[in-house]
Amino acid sequence: MWTVVACLLPPLLMSVFIFGIQTLIITAVSVLSCVAMEAISQKVLGRRVTITDGSAVITGLLLAFVIPPGVPYLLPVLGAVMAIYIGKHLLGGIGYNIFNPALLARAFLLATFPVAMTSSWLPPLKESSIFAYMGTSIDAVSAATPLALLKAEGMTAVTEAFGAAPNIYTDFLLGWRPGTIGETSGLLIILGGLYLIYRGYITWHIPVSMLATIALLTWAFGGDTTFSGDPILAILSGGALLGAFFMATDYTSSPTNKSSQLIYGIGIGGLTVLIRLKGGYPEGVCYAILLMNPVSSVLDSWFKPKRFAPPLAAGGGK
Amino acid sequence: MTSLLTFPKGGIHPPELKKLTAALAIEVMPPADELEIILGQHIGAPCTATVEKSAEIQEGDLIGEVKKGLGVPLHAPVAGKIKAFGMSGHPMRISAPSITIQTDKEAAARLYTRKEWSHLDSKALLAKVHGAGIVGIGGAGFPSHVKLSPPAHSPIDTLILNGAECEPYITADHRQMVERSADMIEGAKIILKILGIKKCFIGIENNKPDAIAAMTEAAAATSDVAITVQPLQVKYPQGSEKQLIQAITGRKVPAAALPSTVGVVVHNVSTTIAIHDAVVLEKPLYEKVITISGQGIRRPANLLVKVGTKISDIVAYLGGITPGVAKVVMGGPMMGFAVSSLDIPVTKTTSAVLFLTEEEVDTKPHSQCIRCGWCLKVCPMGLEPKEIAIHVEAGRAQDTKQFGVFECFECGSCAYVCPAKRPLVQFLRLAKMKATN
Repeated sequence: MWTVVACLLPPLLMSVFIFGIQTLIITAVSVLSCVAMEAISQKVLGRRVTITDGSAVITGLLLAFVIPPGVPYLLPVLGAVMAIYIGKHLLGGIGYNIFNPALLARAFLLATFPVAMTSSWLPPLKESSIFAYMGTSIDAVSAATPLALLKAEGMTAVTEAFGAAPNIYTDFLLGWRPGTIGETSGLLIILGGLYLIYRGYITWHIPVSMLATIALLTWAFGGDTTFSGDPILAILSGGALLGAFFMATDYTSSPTNKSSQLIYGIGIGGLTVLIRLKGGYPEGVCYAILLMNPVSSVLDSWFKPKRFAPPLAAGGGK
Repeated sequence: MTSLLTFPKGGIHPPELKKLTAALAIEVMPPADELEIILGQHIGAPCTATVEKSAEIQEGDLIGEVKKGLGVPLHAPVAGKIKAFGMSGHPMRISAPSITIQTDKEAAARLYTRKEWSHLDSKALLAKVHGAGIVGIGGAGFPSHVKLSPPAHSPIDTLILNGAECEPYITADHRQMVERSADMIEGAKIILKILGIKKCFIGIENNKPDAIAAMTEAAAATSDVAITVQPLQVKYPQGSEKQLIQAITGRKVPAAALPSTVGVVVHNVSTTIAIHDAVVLEKPLYEKVITISGQGIRRPANLLVKVGTKISDIVAYLGGITPGVAKVVMGGPMMGFAVSSLDIPVTKTTSAVLFLTEEEVDTKPHSQCIRCGWCLKVCPMGLEPKEIAIHVEAGRAQDTKQFGVFECFECGSCAYVCPAKRPLVQFLRLAKMKATN
């Protein structure tokens, strides 16, 4: 658990560097609320209090990572109630949550605070101090995310706002663009994810199948004509990397067998692109993962690991 | 040296912890004042006592026989007097019927002389193995003469001697391979003659280079049969029969089938020594080498003890236990059983007694399954321990047959890696019990 926390810290620091110190405050509020909520829920429900296992800390970090950096500080507190009390403990506690608690909280916040959740984006601080946004009215500085711009005004507007390839790829990889707290630096997310794979905590199956599907489908259907979409931009934006390495691989809400993990990843990728291109939202990763979460156990009951050797047919022998 | 082999699916690398005893030569423990010999020493039917109370007996005398069913006879480990018929503590069955022998401290140890065996045929050799009460002393305790009489429809072409000794701490097989390599090779020749085959592999994990060297040298002296020492990668549970057969021959023993199905017979190296002694010395199996280890015993050792020696007598001989002992385990730390009393006697299948301190035992409480799937990765049989355990917790143990619960041989790899510290082996055992009824 604490290894995952460690892997999430570099993107957080980068976020402070890009969006200012208030991202750290939002994250701290989120983590503390989640840990407090964990203790309260377990007391209320008469369970053993397990706040030291690190699981609530991860939920708190991931929750902060999927909300915009300019939201009021109340939002992560409400998100924590949704994530930990309803999303985790009312569904049975650790190991029983059908949905990813952090994403469930994001969906809840998106539905209840649609304005704050879709417009509190901040343009990256290229040269200003990290305290620049403290006290400033959020409306004055808000900017659109690349995917929102792409949805509303098309690829030309995105190029105008963020530059053309390959500069846009480098900027997005490093994190210089508006987005949620955690989706800024693709590079640091990838490094964290690769470390988790290297240590054996997660396997490559879900991230690779999910990202490959997003890239392939966006390339095929994401442009003005067939096979003219931008697969790299698709992976670098809309929280796809954060979702692939840290959300879709959540142990409890994802499948455990390799084949079911591949199908699960493909399902998330497919739904993401479907929502992004045909749905009402510019971003689809959150809902795609939430939609695939309950399918996990079904996939696991369809695909079984390969046994050592099957029994001989009745009355067999050599 | 040939390349290192291993089994491909699952497995773990627990700390080996063999250094405590690996370099210690086998030491003979003098017989305790009193021995308790359990009548049901192993898988199969228990023995019926063939001696009366107060009878005087000599070392090696027959004291028990199997009247009906699968089993082997039982012999007196010491000269002395039958003191009582009662119940003894047992690591798995809690208590079991036993014979108590009062040791005659004056009697000298019985001497055995070498007998010629080359003129004996397969049947005569087999009779000697049965008569000496030989069972698989690596742990399973299956009567050896049965393993050596494979069914006619399964022709055997390969003998494998199991010297993997993959459990942490245990070095009893290791020391016997180093110290009695020539006897072991002769034992292998006896088994090959009984089976009527000429090919034998000795599987030894690479963390025992001195055993590999000693056995390779001893095997080099043979010409009429092909005995090959096969070094193996260090990986638990390599000493499991099915995993060892796959590592060495590439053959897979089907579920619910015996190794003979794929033409292989496997014997533990220490059983091979026992078979050697039974045939060459005509000495029954009534003493064995066990490893006494762990941070909780004052003096760790590889001891040759009499069957029926109580743990408490071993503790006294080795200078007592340290104050921090948290758990006493009979067998290895992965597959052994924690015991609740030191009055439990050693049986033919005991491989080790471990005295583990707080630091060596994990006593944290377990939590719910988080479905991380690590148990799936390490299960050498390709099972889903987490699903079986969740079913057991939900009161649906009887539905676990679909997950192949009977293919589980309780190696404990799943429980070892479980981040939630779940007692998966206990859940699986419960599942097997409920799924049978």
